[in-house]
Amino acid sequence: MDTSNKAVIENPVMLPGTEPASGQRPSTIKKAIVEAFIKLNPAVMIKNPVMFTVEAGFFITLILTVFPGIFGEPSDRIYNGAVSMILLVTILFANFAEALAEGRGRAQAESLKKSKRDVEAKLLVKDGSIVPVFSPELRKGDIVLAEANDIIPGDGEVIEGVASVDESAITGESAPVIKEAGGDFCSVTGGTRVASDWIKIRITAEPGESFLDRMISMVEGAKRKKTPNEIALNTLLISLTLIFIVVCATLVPIGSYVDVHIPVSTLIALLVCLIPTTIGGLLSAIGIAGMDRVTKFNVIAMSGKAVEAAGDINTLILDKTGTITYGNRMASEFIPCGGYSIGELSEAAAESSLHDETPEGKSIIGLSKKLGERLPTVKNSIGIEFKAETRMSGTDFPDGRAVRKGAVDAVRRYVESFGGTIPGDMDKLAEGIAREGGTPLAVADGNKILGLVYLKDTVKPGMKERFAELRKMGIKTIMCTGDNPLTAATIAREAGVDDYIPEARPEDKLELIRREQGEGKLVAMSGDGTNDAPALAQADVGVAMNSGTAAAKEAANMVDLDSDPTKIIEVIAIGKQLLMTRGALTTFSIANDIAKYFAIIPAMLLLAIPEMESLNLMGLETPESAILSALIFNAVIIPILIPLAMKGIEYVPMSATKLLRKNLLIYGLGGVVVPFAGIKLIDLALAFVL
Amino acid sequence: MDLLQTGIVLLMVVTLAVPMGKYIAAVFSLESTKLDKGFGKIEGIIFRLGGIAGDSMTWKQYAKAVIISNFVMFGAGYLILRLQTFLPLNPNEIGNMDPLLSFNTAASFLTNTNLQHYSGESGLTYLSQMMVIMFLMFTTPATGLAVCMAFIRGLTGKESLGNFYVDLVRAHTRILLPLSFLVSMLLVSQGVPQTLSPNVEAMTQEGNVQQIARGPVAALESIKHLGTNGGGFFGVNSSHPFENPTPLSNVIEILSMFLLPASLPFAFGSMSGRKKTGRMLFGAMAIMFLGFLSVAYISETYGNMALQEAGLSQEEGNMEGKEVRFGIAQSTLFTAVTTAATTGTVNNMHDTLTPLGGMVPVAQMMLNCVFGGDGVGLINILMYGILAVFIAGLMVGRTPEFLGRKIEAGEMKLIAITILIHPLIILVPSAIALATGMGSAAVSNPGYHGISQVLYEFTSSAANNGSGFEGLGDNTPFWNISTGLVMLFGRYFSIIAMLAVGASMMVKKPVPETIGTFKTDNSTYMAILLGTVLVVGALTFFPVLALGPVADALTLR
Repeated sequence: MDTSNKAVIENPVMLPGTEPASGQRPSTIKKAIVEAFIKLNPAVMIKNPVMFTVEAGFFITLILTVFPGIFGEPSDRIYNGAVSMILLVTILFANFAEALAEGRGRAQAESLKKSKRDVEAKLLVKDGSIVPVFSPELRKGDIVLAEANDIIPGDGEVIEGVASVDESAITGESAPVIKEAGGDFCSVTGGTRVASDWIKIRITAEPGESFLDRMISMVEGAKRKKTPNEIALNTLLISLTLIFIVVCATLVPIGSYVDVHIPVSTLIALLVCLIPTTIGGLLSAIGIAGMDRVTKFNVIAMSGKAVEAAGDINTLILDKTGTITYGNRMASEFIPCGGYSIGELSEAAAESSLHDETPEGKSIIGLSKKLGERLPTVKNSIGIEFKAETRMSGTDFPDGRAVRKGAVDAVRRYVESFGGTIPGDMDKLAEGIAREGGTPLAVADGNKILGLVYLKDTVKPGMKERFAELRKMGIKTIMCTGDNPLTAATIAREAGVDDYIPEARPEDKLELIRREQGEGKLVAMSGDGTNDAPALAQADVGVAMNSGTAAAKEAANMVDLDSDPTKIIEVIAIGKQLLMTRGALTTFSIANDIAKYFAIIPAMLLLAIPEMESLNLMGLETPESAILSALIFNAVIIPILIPLAMKGIEYVPMSATKLLRKNLLIYGLGGVVVPFAGIKLIDLALAFVL
Repeated sequence: MDLLQTGIVLLMVVTLAVPMGKYIAAVFSLESTKLDKGFGKIEGIIFRLGGIAGDSMTWKQYAKAVIISNFVMFGAGYLILRLQTFLPLNPNEIGNMDPLLSFNTAASFLTNTNLQHYSGESGLTYLSQMMVIMFLMFTTPATGLAVCMAFIRGLTGKESLGNFYVDLVRAHTRILLPLSFLVSMLLVSQGVPQTLSPNVEAMTQEGNVQQIARGPVAALESIKHLGTNGGGFFGVNSSHPFENPTPLSNVIEILSMFLLPASLPFAFGSMSGRKKTGRMLFGAMAIMFLGFLSVAYISETYGNMALQEAGLSQEEGNMEGKEVRFGIAQSTLFTAVTTAATTGTVNNMHDTLTPLGGMVPVAQMMLNCVFGGDGVGLINILMYGILAVFIAGLMVGRTPEFLGRKIEAGEMKLIAITILIHPLIILVPSAIALATGMGSAAVSNPGYHGISQVLYEFTSSAANNGSGFEGLGDNTPFWNISTGLVMLFGRYFSIIAMLAVGASMMVKKPVPETIGTFKTDNSTYMAILLGTVLVVGALTFFPVLALGPVADALTLR
């Protein structure tokens, strides 16, 4: 599967003004540095108790630098100053990580805000006259007129007229889309522009509550709430911090019982090294960056919770049409009947499709070409359009010939009405096609039936592999389709989905979701129509297509701006990646403590108990350099891990056990080993400098 | 020879634990079992007398039942100790216990700790031994088992947490009483006294009169071990020849105290239908146990180099404070088992273990989940199991689940506080004791060893172990009050918090297991569990251990 990053590169459709995942704009970094200092405000820091503890340690050591004897015993001013500075840098690094993650979101929000400027709207009042008002004055239920080149003043639905609307401001897609009253294409978004014609719109959102407003606040992270998992993890981090405060505080009286006197700055250094500053400093950046990766993917998640839930999905419900298959039936074979040759049939089929602009028609011409048929000329021929009553389309030629193609029974009636005969093998062949999940089209030239066109719904390339990957992640895929059981089974087999629901009505989807959820599963689905809304709302992760109705978007917890229903698969991967990154860095952070202990504890006690030298496994130079090295390692590991926190750790679909073993080896064992090497290196460097 | 006898004993533990685990699962089954036929009648009478309907309880009701029943037991125990001299069965004319010591003793036995700031032979009447000590020795492991069962029912999503009184009674009738009877008989066969007659007076060679204490020892001795209680009839506990006369009685006692804690993981496997997870939990605890036992054994066999230099042979290892009839192997095994299972009975003086050998019992009590006491040990390892899943489980890209149930902020909060409380009630009182005259005056051996003594006392109290490092003059108001409070906090906080965790897990909808689920029954998880326990434990206690036993060991050379 594409990891998110790869997919971003492959997917050129991006929000205007956003830069690709790789490479930060220098100005973003500069802003983040400034932010890092602003965030030093203790009132802000207290929201992150782990880093707040570090800040408290910074202030105490700062006081000790200025007044080395303030706690009774004299202490080394320079050493205190060094500890104090390293602590400050540690906090700044953590703040920088957060600011950087927030900055990226803000850049996207800026570009969205540009499309949200106040516009003049043409409000239609009861007597039919038009009153110009500013968009913030519009209320729910107001009716406005939007003509060519007008910016649509707010979210709403079309009640009259047809217009093409340029939605590139939101989706980045430059081709205008048609909006008309009724059906699934009636919803319009504020900030988009009418490209041609006119529409009357009923406003559906109060000012400040529009889709765009919500999007901006989501992207900006202004409304960012901690997700349930983040809250739980934070609880653990706070409790570890409290444990280590107790451990360090009690060390003073216990130590002085045996005449071990520990300088306050050393004690603070020990505390800061032990509390999980690495994950504490990066936790919010990981969360923001995870949301951001989803946004980069042109999917707007309404909450971080939804992204997390995506990682937990057990069942994925996909519509067949448009998601798994192209949705249009393609000609895959010509089957002649009644003794005609395949060439005759192919020619007639192509002739019947000369004026047919539908995908089916085009595919017939395509297949015919492939068979080496020369296309007849269009000149002077008249296209007969498909009509619901006739259920046929075709071409009338100037010489009086009439070629038709259509549903088998419709063509049969047509031919019989001209006194033609029906080939004996036609019904059997037609039945055979239907049994295999295809749709047979009969082709008639005058009153002769030449044969059948085998129309087949084609599975999009790569879907089978994706479903195999989902299976590896332990996710079950269910295909919903309105097709009959036979057709559904064929497509399901071809696409490799785990299960399918044939002849599905919208309420069946809701029922299915409820049933799966009843078994404790988390369900994801994507949809666009109004009749999908209840199911989207019921699903744990519901991705609505931006082209879909307002009701669908309202009910979903994610909106895909590109309206690509298969994207939900990538969203799942991003969700998993987010959780993995959090777990990996937590494990890494805690595993780091072992090495830090072996650096600090012997150093701390060495003065009073020279025998402690045997615990100095790393052979660090002096007690001071040992403590400072551990502290410096503790600080620099944060910026080193920022790229990882932002990008997320690599995710390749595999079974949980394999994945766990792999990550445990890298981040668990790595977390134990890396700091031993890192601290030793820093100590060597310090010894060289000092 | 040493290894062989150790190996045989441990093999017997495993052999007995597997069927015992199955039996326990059946005993506490919420559905009716064959056992109901045999025991049902007696239990029926008890339920009728006690007015117990046996309805399922919510966690709050369950916790309330635990607290109220325990409080009543505490009050009764306290009153008997205060008034024992006026009560019957006092042939040796022992006086009343003073208020603070009574508080400490009642708290100690109520919490399955059995820390003894008194000596049984001179401080307790036979009635007190039976009505306070032995009575609580039955009810507290039964309480532990009951809570453990309720916790497992919650974690595995049974229909309810059960009924505390039913669990309490069943633990007695179906497990503790029959087993104690059996073990008592075995011990009597080894020469342990069981009598209500007064002390015997003997004439010594010098013509002095010596009082030889005796009493209903065998009855106490059996439940002392089976219930992971540990409070001795006599002051010197299981090193006394009347409590533990022969190597065989030593083995019987080791087996009895290890039996229930070792079988509970298997019981968990049976109850949850996840036998492999049960075996994995057993394996994790067994690996820790073997590691600790090896350290103790090697360090005791190596001996004390300071004594060697003083001209005392260390060829037999460090025999100071050990009984010759047990030797190094049976002593270190006993030490490792008594602190793993948090029993607290001793057959040698832990104060005289080598510094590193002495660190083993402290460390096991600090972790408090190397098998652990009846019921509570399994609760602790499961709690660490949840913590391990929470930290590492994210690495499979799903929000963490334990046994198919999501671990969320609510459970994490309770677990985080429970994990915090253990070091808090060990380190803070230790610091206060060492910093103040009230505490440090009791230390008989200042310096690093003094830290070990104080640390041991509070760790033993917090882990509800009850063994003493001794060498600590601890019958003072400071020690009686502080350890009393630590024992109560150590016991009830985690019990209540974990009942709440169990209840909140129970109502969660289990997520079906797929290939994407974090597995809790394989060696990878075992490694994570071990890593979590050891890293969290080491991070919390390494500094203080460095100042105590480690410094002690390093400076002894």
